[in-house]
Amino acid sequence: MAELAARASTWWAIFQINFYEKLVYRGDFMLGTLMRFLPIVTQIFLWSAIFSARGDGDSSGQEIVGYTYYNIVAYYLLSTISRAFSSMPGLASGIALQIREGEIKKYLIQPLDLISFFLLNRIAHKLTYYIVAAVPFAIVFFLCRGYFDGWPPAQVLCAYFFSLVLAFMLGFFMEATIGMIGFWFLEVRSLLFVYMLFTFFLSGHMFPLDMLNELGGPWSTIVKSLPLMYLAYFPAAVFLEKITGAELMWGLIVQVAWVLFFIIASRLAFHYGVKQYSAYGG
Amino acid sequence: MNDRPSYSSVFFMFLRNSLVRDLSFRSNFWVECVSSLSWVIMNLGFYLLIFSYTNSIGNDTGWGKWEFFVFLATTLLVNSLVQMFFMPNIQEFSELIRTGKLDFALLKPIDTQFLISFEKVNWPSTANFLFGILLMSISLYQLTHRADEPIQLTVGMVAIFVVFLLCGVAILYSLMIVLAASSIWLGRNTSLYDFWFYITSFSRYPMEIYNAGTLGLTLKMIFTFAIPILIVVNVPARILAQPMGVDPTDKWMLTGYMLVATALSLLFSRWVFKMSLKSYRSASS
Repeated sequence: MAELAARASTWWAIFQINFYEKLVYRGDFMLGTLMRFLPIVTQIFLWSAIFSARGDGDSSGQEIVGYTYYNIVAYYLLSTISRAFSSMPGLASGIALQIREGEIKKYLIQPLDLISFFLLNRIAHKLTYYIVAAVPFAIVFFLCRGYFDGWPPAQVLCAYFFSLVLAFMLGFFMEATIGMIGFWFLEVRSLLFVYMLFTFFLSGHMFPLDMLNELGGPWSTIVKSLPLMYLAYFPAAVFLEKITGAELMWGLIVQVAWVLFFIIASRLAFHYGVKQYSAYGG
Repeated sequence: MNDRPSYSSVFFMFLRNSLVRDLSFRSNFWVECVSSLSWVIMNLGFYLLIFSYTNSIGNDTGWGKWEFFVFLATTLLVNSLVQMFFMPNIQEFSELIRTGKLDFALLKPIDTQFLISFEKVNWPSTANFLFGILLMSISLYQLTHRADEPIQLTVGMVAIFVVFLLCGVAILYSLMIVLAASSIWLGRNTSLYDFWFYITSFSRYPMEIYNAGTLGLTLKMIFTFAIPILIVVNVPARILAQPMGVDPTDKWMLTGYMLVATALSLLFSRWVFKMSLKSYRSASS
């Protein structure tokens, strides 16, 4: 029991340090968050033009794969929330850099678990981010409230928050695993670029993935069997009630499975990676 | 003794040195080419997906699939030129200010803005440039060979297109210089480049999409007159894709305005650059 308390107090200390460190840059944070919405503005105008072309100048009543114009705007706004949970700026590249420069041995000799340490860091980072970003997010969502059909039912909201938390876990463990590959390759920049590229287009950040359904061919199946869609598309589609009932349950189960898969993968990569590790650098 | 340096020979030396440097790390060079190309191809896929759901961007705007691909190719050409000549240099400029190494550039007997703007040339961007030309050729072939109202392409149109393409590059360059020069006053500003990315995202689509609502028109005014980012791609792309434009007077007004805007942007950025140098304190060692 005493051991557990000691461990909890270590974690709490790690968390607090990070929390205060991040709060120092709150001004930069707020501005950065507001600017994040700028590309969405152009995206919204693009879709407005597409819908108006489909309806010969009148976008009301037009639908693309079940999404009205209002749905698409809501989808974009919601996908920024998903990405606020699942994006992990600098995680994989940070791990790889620490391996390459030999800094990681600092952690290896300390009595703490490296992956949990990074996870706590990240949670502190994200919580600070939400506290500061809540203001700009609230402003944007309040201004755009007309695009939503009100709040979804409570059970949908529960599923939505659950999938957001899972999106965070998935993003974290997936990037951690990629970073750990640095034990073997040292430089993972091009690998990360590929990951970023695929995440950008196939997570549903650019368009609702349902649009691939009517395309024919294997595209939709391929994209929907990748874990990437749980980073942005899935939570947003749950909120908009595009995924319901058994499909929703099944989706959540698969998302949990992917999280477990990457937890194990990152652990294994770390376990075998440390054996490879030869502590380069000063 | 000739005390005026030969700018052209210095420029060719920069080109040569950068090519030598890029080709010394040959596999890195190819990886960079492939990665920037794959980004472009993914984008192209996104627009192909969009055009499987609509025939044009906006109702009656004339931006059909191939017209839009002319637009996209123009975006590619402008951006690849900016990336090739200016992006690496201007990123370096902020770093020079922060570390105090700008002293060395100031001491050289050549115009400082010229030196810091052209020193490095990013050759891998030629991959995107060539892809832009390919996409442009395919789209123009489609437009000139379509059944109804094929476009009559003339040498004059292409020449004017090239002029306005370069105007677009000049406007983006000016914006970049202004942003980078402001880091002299701010010390260091990393969100500057985020800002660059967010601002330029307004140049990516035909300006007709902003013809909706007060917000759209306000944005259109701001990004045409205050920060002329919207005309960078729109004007040259219109010259090729829509020679029979929706409203000819509007088209020629905007084209004329672009020349003025280019000149003003260049002058303004030159002025900001000189002002910022006056505030340079040569911090650090």
